[in-house]
Amino acid sequence: MEFLLYFGDVFTPFNFMLLLIGTIGGLILGATPGLSPTMAVALLIPFTFRLEPAQGLILLGAAYTSTVAGGAVSAILLKIPGAPANIATTLDGHTMAKKGEGARALQLSFLSSAVGGVFGVLLLIFLTPLLAQWALAFGPSHLFWLAILGVTIIGSLDSSSVVKGLLSGCIGLWLATIGFDDIMGTQRFIFHSSVSGGINVIPALIGLFAIPQVITMFAKGRRRLDAEVIAVEKHPISKAFSEVFSRFRALTIGTLTGSIIGLIPGVGGQIAGLVAYDQSKKMSPERDKFGTGHPEGVIAAESANNAMVGPSLVPLLTLSIPGSPTAAVLLGGLLIHGIFPGSDLFDNHPQVAWTFINSMLVGQILMCVFGLYIAGLAARVAQVPNAVMAAVVLGLAVFGSYSVQNSMGDVYIMAALGTGMYFLERFGFSAAPLVLGLILGPIAEANFIQGSMIANATSSVGTYFFTGALNLLLIAIVVASVGYSVWMELRSRRYITKDDAVAKEEALS
Amino acid sequence: MKNLIAAASIALMGLTGTAIADGHDAYPERPLMLMVSYGAGGATDFQARIVTMTAGNEDALGMPIAIINKPGAGGRVGWNWFASQAEADGYTLGAYNIPHFIAQSIEGGVEYGADSFEPIANWGADPAVFVVAADSEFNSMEDVINYATANPGGLTFSGAGLFVGHHIAALQLEKAAGVKLAYIPNNKGGAGAMKAVIAGEVLGGVNNLSDAFRAREAGNVKILGVFDNDRNDFMPDVPTMKEQGYEIDNASVNFRGVMVPKGTPQPIIDKLAEIVPTMFENGRVAGKMKAGGSPMHIMTRNEVLEMWAAREATLKELLAGL
Repeated sequence: MEFLLYFGDVFTPFNFMLLLIGTIGGLILGATPGLSPTMAVALLIPFTFRLEPAQGLILLGAAYTSTVAGGAVSAILLKIPGAPANIATTLDGHTMAKKGEGARALQLSFLSSAVGGVFGVLLLIFLTPLLAQWALAFGPSHLFWLAILGVTIIGSLDSSSVVKGLLSGCIGLWLATIGFDDIMGTQRFIFHSSVSGGINVIPALIGLFAIPQVITMFAKGRRRLDAEVIAVEKHPISKAFSEVFSRFRALTIGTLTGSIIGLIPGVGGQIAGLVAYDQSKKMSPERDKFGTGHPEGVIAAESANNAMVGPSLVPLLTLSIPGSPTAAVLLGGLLIHGIFPGSDLFDNHPQVAWTFINSMLVGQILMCVFGLYIAGLAARVAQVPNAVMAAVVLGLAVFGSYSVQNSMGDVYIMAALGTGMYFLERFGFSAAPLVLGLILGPIAEANFIQGSMIANATSSVGTYFFTGALNLLLIAIVVASVGYSVWMELRSRRYITKDDAVAKEEALS
Repeated sequence: MKNLIAAASIALMGLTGTAIADGHDAYPERPLMLMVSYGAGGATDFQARIVTMTAGNEDALGMPIAIINKPGAGGRVGWNWFASQAEADGYTLGAYNIPHFIAQSIEGGVEYGADSFEPIANWGADPAVFVVAADSEFNSMEDVINYATANPGGLTFSGAGLFVGHHIAALQLEKAAGVKLAYIPNNKGGAGAMKAVIAGEVLGGVNNLSDAFRAREAGNVKILGVFDNDRNDFMPDVPTMKEQGYEIDNASVNFRGVMVPKGTPQPIIDKLAEIVPTMFENGRVAGKMKAGGSPMHIMTRNEVLEMWAAREATLKELLAGL
């Protein structure tokens, strides 16, 4: 209960002001496509040079928390996920916004973010030593199986057919091999200098989701100048409250999946939302409604990606190992004040450690309050005429891709992938499985190579990858996941027909 | 007529040339940019931000330096850009990591080499160290090598990748001890390699002295030896490899410093070479670096030029067998 002693420090006027600045700034940065949580935190580091250690961390922690949630704004309203964590939010969130339920979707997303986020930080407070052991338990073989588990959900994710889902997943896996190989440093498929660093996930994400939208909007704008104006339904916050808690199953699955996956160094953040979305879809009796603007999709995805925030800091705070790029940036923020994470942090600087963690707890609540306030205003974005909207989104897409590593090459990649995706969408392919392939490919490959190098030096590849309780458990889940998809496919026989394709075409235009 | 134009343009070039040379007195007139070829939050980025924070002071450059990150492919993306596209106008600086970029240029497939850049000054030197988990049975390098001799190719140890300082250190150790080891490169850099050691995925690891120092403070690892000529001030209790009987010099030490692209006007190089080292000597910079556990090692342009040349010769020899 040590953390309660330091709650007062969060509420001193100056600290609280920093918390407010971090939260509001984070929401705005998070809502800007391309400004991922890692970038937002890195941008703020120079401002912490002159602050006390605890104050600097309050600012960074608040920004981290609220950029993750803020990414939902552009995911829902513009269908541009601000970061990989928000991909799953677009699936149902944007469909809701198109139906005029943007305000409702945003309210649900901020409320479930807060629930997930508070749960994650509480885990960080109470179970840190235990969780640290869990984070270390995942070696190369386990991460490999985890990535394979991710691959198994590709087929069932937002596509008109499993085969098309798998095909677009394969395109993603191929795109992931471009560039210098992560471990050996060999060059693969480098046909232009823009791709020598590989395909960065953020520009790819922006291109694949935003550009097909832009092209569709421009096309429509020409045909019908008086583009239809979507009536934005007002949605009272109290109703959103009761809705979030009445969809208890999605909320629980999202929060738990996010917390568990967020803990695993190097994998967590990017796929927590997607895995949670897939799990709640499979366990829901109304699984057909997912993808058509079902609130549970938004709730599961957003509670998962904020639940991941707390646990993702466990390896950093206890073992001094940054488990994610954002944690690496936070490490820099600590080191600059001469504080080493690990036992030193909790033993010798408890006022820094606990004030930081407490501020994240308070930050989750503040983020929710401000988020709910802007939800009503932001939902009006849907009323902007198509032509204007397309221009704004295009501008944001270029800006966002460029800012990731100040490179025009990323803008070209974004544009090329986006144009390609426009045509793929016409044929019933979907962007989410493609991005999932792009994210999971390197994880599976690097861990397989590392694992087999270790295996060759010690035992054999077979024993290394197929023995041990955790390996077997993960393999069992993989088999179950594949079996379930096959069974569902055989039962419903939902082959895509020409009529389906036409219907999808009409839904898109 | 053609000749006239040519003559005129040559004259004009001469004119502008002298004009620029005269203009160099006022340099720098606008903020500078420092390209870091690793991501925000990494050790190089973190140190670059600290050592450049006093650039705006009157006694330094009088203009701030902004950090621009161009990460990717172990630094190759950033250095490729710096060698081929960066403007040689004195306003575009870059951070170098030795032995990384020299080793990569020897390996091939990149657009740069040691002669594509002009060094300005060196700010830090982070030697590699050999770490094992806190509960490991190894207590000295002798234990490690005895194990490796008994199990040829069976001693797994992690490092931050191929053709980086850790890899060079691993090759040196193999050569000096005359045993076969299993070096496992990690795709998540030094942090990932350290995690592999602490989690017991591998028996040991080569890592940065600064990161190992922190991990030891946290009680997670034991440090068995330093790959450097002398013991380090941060850990005077840890012996060098030479003291333990392995002929290993400082070829793997990760030097970090500032450079400019080839073709930058000489007066600007001279001015930077004079001012930048004094900027690194600033007391506030030294304090922050020490607090962050980052060893400083300030070298002037001439010293760096010598070090680059020496390093290139050693690395060519070491990597020849690969």
